Amino acid sequence: MVAFVLRKVSFMVVTLFLLASLTFVLMNVIPGSPLQSEKATSEQVKKNLEAYYGLDKPMFERYINYMDNLIHGDLGVSMKKKYQTVERMISSSFGYSLRLGLASIVTSVIGGCVLGILAALYHRRFLDHFSMTLAVIGLAVPSLILGPLLQYIFAVKLGWFSVAGLKRPLDYILPTIALSASSIAVIARLIRSTMVEVLNGDFIKTAKAKGLAGHMIVWRHALRNSMLPVVTYLGFMIANVITGSVVVEQIFAIPGLGKFFVSSIVDRDYPLIMGTTIFYAVILLIGRFVADIAYVLVDPRIRLKGGKAGA
Amino acid sequence: MKVDKKKGLLLPLVVVMMLAAVLSACSNNNNGNNAAPSSSASSSSSADVKKGGEFRFTLASEPPSLDPALMTDAQSSIVAAGLYEGLYRLDSAGEPQPAIATGYDVSDDGLVYTFKLRDDATWSNGDKVTANDFVYSWKRALAPETASEYAYMLFYIKGAEEYNAGTGSADDVAVKATDDTTLEVTLKSATPYFPSLVSHYTYLPVHEATVEANEAWAADASTIVSNGPFLLKEWAHEDKLVLEPNPNYFDKDKVNFSKVTISLVEDNNTVYNMFQSDDIDWIGAQAGQVPTDRTAQVIADGSAQVKAIASSYYYVFNTQKAPFNNVKIRKAFSMAIDRQSIIDNITQANQTPAYALVPPSIAGTDGKLFREMYPDTGYFSEDIDEAKKLLAEGMAEEGIAQLPKITLLYNTSEGHKAIAEAAADMWRKNLGVEVAVTNQEWGTFLETRDAGQFDVARAGWGADFNHAINFTYDLIHPKSGNNDGKYDNEQVGKWLDESLAATDEATRLDLIAKAEKQAIDDMAVLPFYYYTTVTMVKDDIEGVTSDYSGHIDWVFGSKK
Repeated sequence: MVAFVLRKVSFMVVTLFLLASLTFVLMNVIPGSPLQSEKATSEQVKKNLEAYYGLDKPMFERYINYMDNLIHGDLGVSMKKKYQTVERMISSSFGYSLRLGLASIVTSVIGGCVLGILAALYHRRFLDHFSMTLAVIGLAVPSLILGPLLQYIFAVKLGWFSVAGLKRPLDYILPTIALSASSIAVIARLIRSTMVEVLNGDFIKTAKAKGLAGHMIVWRHALRNSMLPVVTYLGFMIANVITGSVVVEQIFAIPGLGKFFVSSIVDRDYPLIMGTTIFYAVILLIGRFVADIAYVLVDPRIRLKGGKAGA
Repeated sequence: MKVDKKKGLLLPLVVVMMLAAVLSACSNNNNGNNAAPSSSASSSSSADVKKGGEFRFTLASEPPSLDPALMTDAQSSIVAAGLYEGLYRLDSAGEPQPAIATGYDVSDDGLVYTFKLRDDATWSNGDKVTANDFVYSWKRALAPETASEYAYMLFYIKGAEEYNAGTGSADDVAVKATDDTTLEVTLKSATPYFPSLVSHYTYLPVHEATVEANEAWAADASTIVSNGPFLLKEWAHEDKLVLEPNPNYFDKDKVNFSKVTISLVEDNNTVYNMFQSDDIDWIGAQAGQVPTDRTAQVIADGSAQVKAIASSYYYVFNTQKAPFNNVKIRKAFSMAIDRQSIIDNITQANQTPAYALVPPSIAGTDGKLFREMYPDTGYFSEDIDEAKKLLAEGMAEEGIAQLPKITLLYNTSEGHKAIAEAAADMWRKNLGVEVAVTNQEWGTFLETRDAGQFDVARAGWGADFNHAINFTYDLIHPKSGNNDGKYDNEQVGKWLDESLAATDEATRLDLIAKAEKQAIDDMAVLPFYYYTTVTMVKDDIEGVTSDYSGHIDWVFGSKK
């Protein structure tokens, strides 16, 4: 187990290094510059700005500089938002994205599990079709549509929630639904398909034969086995969801991290591009790492390595 | 089994129908709601100015900086208008009004300005605002190590450009405080619109001790020391800014709002919804924007106002490259465009068709607007037959039987795309010319256009200050860095140079108008329209408007 963790961690460090280097090179070779503006300024003003941001130095020197700072935990200062450190920009906006993301994960897992279990238990009956119809709608309607729709109906027309912002706990509801709809659908479908299979498995029949209560079978045996693909999916989903959604944050005017992924590139704000990319990568790597560990905990077949596989 | 399958089909259908019913019910309600406020608006025009009340509006993104020397954008300038007070302040018509300065004297040659400052203005920490604060602030904005992008706004001052370039010293910048309330500025050449220029945010003062103590002073509400009508109470980055009246402001009777909340909201539909649900009091003029698909409706039902602003939308021709090195071909392309049809069908905000460069809200002289003195309606006309003829003649002059492949370049945006496609369609129909339409992301677009790698490219220009020279010298002077089509007419350059040297305003404007007319005769660019801004305001807000340039002017507004 220790060797497993060590190997994973060293792999993560190498991945991060390669990613940071590649991003640094890519953002420097694409056209455009952090100093771009529609109105031409004087050559001198441009030179002063380049000197100020160190852009007059060769790329390799800047790269070494950046990596040196990065190792010391310094992500630099934004080139667009004057005198705001990238670290502060990320940490203050991450709070919003994280809270919304966690709400969305909880909602997705609970909503997805309930729909999925219902669908599997009432396989090919009304509840199955109902759940799967909901799931199809959830998948088919992007948050770009669902967000404004929810906002219009529940905030503007009915006045139950604020149109924008996260000032009260209630304000989390609309963005959470908009953010969760597609993952609820994915999880419901994953659970349904594996559970239908698992419910037909021999060990379930054995459990039934032993006289175990219906809900115990579902809870102890069927759900646990059906969770495996969900855990895989969650590894990716967590990273995506807690680092903020560009669309949902924009619609509900949430000051989260999501928009920096886009705006930093449009602005060619080099330190912010590096900061957000590295931050996202770290979260994604950790998410996958946790998912790997979770496999071991959830899947009895992995835990009982080489034992009664396929039982 | 058969029954099950039927159910499977029916259910989604029912859900979709229910959704549709909900949706249509909502949009019906909406129409009813919108009509109400507009009818009551007209009946309540006269009311006393009342103290107090909160004013709420949105900005699409947070100000990159609240340090006057580092500001470059509308967001920053809208907030700065409340936080800082310069020598002069532009009123909403764009005329400079005395602020920290009570008046000025100008030498006969127009070079030396002596500003007299009021002695009762203070900083938010209690220190007096003196002439030395302006000397310090202007020199700081010019210092190469400050790396101010807008330092060139100060290049009118003698010695300024040299100091910024590192070839001169700070001492040689010709701005000095002869005493606490007298500021003497010597200019490089006569600049009659200098009082208008000193209203620009790059000329706003900063507090020396604060700036010297902490270079990041302007990034947080707690460290900003300012001298304007309002103070920054809270700056929740990427979320909102909260302003409250400055109790030490010298003219505090003029300030009415007891609180101003600026939310940072990017999405236009969200802004509109916030207005509908009474979360904000204002949309428009760079402080939120009415969604394009609602614009026509809110103008038609009277719930929004339309105002001309000082910005022009145009296409630049690459005049150094075939086929647009030929003036007749350029003219043909411009005359084949039906501007009104583009405004009616695409932009839909009652923009004015443009036949020249200077927009209608730019001032002229003697209380008249520039365009009132020199209307652009006769500069050229849209005439398809004439355009066809000119195209044929132009091609004959160039000795070509067929036009080379022409590409129209614009920066990625739905609005620009619609206009580009309409233009290409008009050229196809009216001239029989195929033009490929292509878009690039903003940064790439700027680089391509600067490098002259285009045939026709989209462009827009908004005023830096309220004078026609800002739309002529900057755009069509052969030496201007913003003359992206590399239009090169020596005579135009000469007239514009002469206009700067002219001592009397009427002569100056004549020269500018001559240069502009010549550039349009040469069809240096293809003018499309002069921008407007569509604004919506709650009934109980007064004195908030869009200024000449199209920025919200909110500072001295009031709430009933």
